[in-house]
Amino acid sequence: MLPGAIDAPPDEAALAARIRAAHAAGEPLAVWGNRTKAAFGRPVQAAAAVSTRALTGITLYSPAELVIAARAGTPVAAIEAALAAKGQHLAAEPPDLSALAGPEEGAGDGPPTLGGAVACNLSGPRRIALGAMRDQVLGIRAVNGTGEVIASGGRVLKNVTGLDLCKLLSGSRGTLAVLTEVTLKVLPAPEATATLVLRGLDAEAAVVALAAGLGSPFGVTGAAFLPAEAAAQVATLGGGGSATLLRLEEFADFIPYRAARLAEVLAPQGRALVLDTDASLPLWRAVRDAAPLGVAAGEGVWRLSVRPSAAPRALAALAAAGLRGMLDWGGGLIWAAGPGTEASQRAVMAAASSGTWWTVRAPAPLRAALPVVAEEPPALAALTRRVKAAFDPRGVLSPGRLHAGI
Amino acid sequence: MLAMPEPRAEVLARREAIVAALAERVGAANVIAEPLRLKAYETDGLTAYRRVPLAVVLPETTAQVAAALRYCHDQGIRVVPRAAGTSLSGGALPLEDAVVIGVARMNRILEVDLADRLARVQAGVTNIAITRAVEGEGFFYAPDPSSQLACMIAGNVAMNSGGAHCLKYGVTANNLLGLTLVTVEGEVIALGGGHLDSAGYDWLGLITGSEGQLGIVTEVTVRILRAAEGARAMLVGFAATDVAGAAVADIIGSGIIPVALEFMDRPCIHACEAFAHAGYPLDAEALLIIEVEGSEAEQDALLARLGEICARHDPMTIRIARTAEESAAIWKGRKGAFGAIGRISPDYLCMDGTIPPARLPEAMRRIGALAQAHRLEVANVFHAGDGNLHPLIMYDANDQGSFARAEALGAEILKLCVELGGCLTGEHGVGIEKRDLMAAQFSAADLDQQRRIKTAFDPGWILNPHKVFPLVDG
Repeated sequence: MLPGAIDAPPDEAALAARIRAAHAAGEPLAVWGNRTKAAFGRPVQAAAAVSTRALTGITLYSPAELVIAARAGTPVAAIEAALAAKGQHLAAEPPDLSALAGPEEGAGDGPPTLGGAVACNLSGPRRIALGAMRDQVLGIRAVNGTGEVIASGGRVLKNVTGLDLCKLLSGSRGTLAVLTEVTLKVLPAPEATATLVLRGLDAEAAVVALAAGLGSPFGVTGAAFLPAEAAAQVATLGGGGSATLLRLEEFADFIPYRAARLAEVLAPQGRALVLDTDASLPLWRAVRDAAPLGVAAGEGVWRLSVRPSAAPRALAALAAAGLRGMLDWGGGLIWAAGPGTEASQRAVMAAASSGTWWTVRAPAPLRAALPVVAEEPPALAALTRRVKAAFDPRGVLSPGRLHAGI
Repeated sequence: MLAMPEPRAEVLARREAIVAALAERVGAANVIAEPLRLKAYETDGLTAYRRVPLAVVLPETTAQVAAALRYCHDQGIRVVPRAAGTSLSGGALPLEDAVVIGVARMNRILEVDLADRLARVQAGVTNIAITRAVEGEGFFYAPDPSSQLACMIAGNVAMNSGGAHCLKYGVTANNLLGLTLVTVEGEVIALGGGHLDSAGYDWLGLITGSEGQLGIVTEVTVRILRAAEGARAMLVGFAATDVAGAAVADIIGSGIIPVALEFMDRPCIHACEAFAHAGYPLDAEALLIIEVEGSEAEQDALLARLGEICARHDPMTIRIARTAEESAAIWKGRKGAFGAIGRISPDYLCMDGTIPPARLPEAMRRIGALAQAHRLEVANVFHAGDGNLHPLIMYDANDQGSFARAEALGAEILKLCVELGGCLTGEHGVGIEKRDLMAAQFSAADLDQQRRIKTAFDPGWILNPHKVFPLVDG
């Protein structure tokens, strides 16, 4: 679809009017931001599309209250820049998937947006310590499938008033309502970052080391494992076998003590090298965006969410099926990449049997033929249909993007 | 007093048959039907409201919960889910024609896995029991509502409970991995599990805080965390609320996230000091208790930095704990706050609004004026970092006029919280207490959207009826 074919209403009222018209006509709409995650979901069967990309701008930023709000089309980078100017950051560290999951032909229509990061519940390495993207969402405004503007949550950190639509809409990928504005909790950015690196461990030993670090009182905020071929892709690491990475983010004067104590905790698995802030920041950005997987054109990419202790076996099963992998979240997140084929995806589905999985990118025919997220048991699938209908009774918002026929 | 529905005579008339049918499904020993024993279930933490239920069922297994729910659903009988019954908003208040399904007998810890940092427990396990099960190894379960000795994890999930340490560790929703949910039709659904995130709709997030409107939770998998090396508190007294508020803003703006940041106003300081003799400054208008975590040296460094920040705001008192004992002494008054108010007033309502922290001085002034207009005393404790305000409204239950004024004042205070950019409830839930105020925070479209979700889960609206959602005519 050409960007020109995507209607980008200038404000929330116009967006609501567009969706009201679609609802009245029973006209399906593909809902987008800048299409940087076009290959993320199932292909949407819709002749028309609507984008939030014209809804931009930060509407509230109160650093002393740890809260920022912006319209859904605001680039994530613009929000990160505004926060950085006040020494703060997004705790969930959302990855930029535009290199992996952008449109199959051409580029996206702009940088990743806040609405997209929330609608896809994208979380990076810090998820293990400070929560997922959805955990940071304090408030939303959105337009449901009948064209009504709805709001949930607010701008305060603690709020249990009514059903939590902030969480329900986070990760719903524009199939329930179109986000128009999001309010997030933010946190102070660390003064300094350090990375403890253990080289040459197998996955089993790496997960033990990551668990020891995460189970220590020293505040590990990133816990990843790059097999040898993935580590070799990262300039700061290079050769030397696999890399087991543990991150500390703290006041600069706290880092030496914490790094030394954490190294003691890791000693049974090996001697840790310590990388400083300058070396750590690009390394964790690479981990965040799965850059070490070195994904080639035409390949598929999947995320598996499992119990950390199940990761080594899952990684071995993926390797046996010809897929490359790396671990984040202490082993709880497995990134897998390989041929964009049904066989690859079947291997992913089998390897994730104790947890769950979702497609990050795959060729369109594969995304149309097979599920892109784990299938739900019948009782849950029935709830999915009923809740979808509660927001979008005529099924006009991105039909089929998450589940076939919904 | 808030309106509750008239019991349906046709259900009351079938009482014996209903009790017998439930006994068949969950075992006679797990059904309570004798009037005297039922009376123990007539209320929860909002004791001004009382309704003796038709029957109480205390299943021992998920399958029994499912059987009881399926029966009630098929028969159109209302169901009130219950955990420990500590809700301050009337979330577990029974109805005369409703069956209470309680999870109190499902109280086993099923699995603790320190390597994967999780605990899987039955829904009737108390909050504190989870921490007790893992603290020997240095771990803890983070959300710590003040009722944590009694309250159960099912209730924590229903209300998305918080506590004093949310600023750093989040609330219940941020600390869950999985739930077993029994739907109103009696279907058993596993949501999440031992892993962090799932794709698809965020059922875990939707169920958490849904106040028993969408189903009954029978099993919960929580994240457990390694505790910091140590923690210590400091106490700072200020001559004015505005000054304390400015200090809070400076602390958060400095990049330090204290693990707790508690505010007390003058009436609360005096009540707590009289009760606990914690050495609180009686000449202060506002008191902050600030707690930090880390190694001894890190605690020293953080407390010194916080001391410098507070010193810029002309404090009347600064007391920095040097030991765990001195820290405990600082907390002693705050932890006894509710008891302290109970000593100076026969009864009190504990309110639970949230405001943007920057609006604290204005909120304090206006709450004071509202209290005066209603001829009542209010003491305020406040989780200052996250904006969660707990005004304690003192009244005398033997004086109906006093209770009516207290309820009216509470409603005015909560509307003020919304007006200032906050919300009706930060951690206690809507229950019946705030049901009729929902329209102050939500538009008709917002509420209808929530009602449609409720209908998707519970088409007959038999689960915990007449709560959360304002009543609609017809």
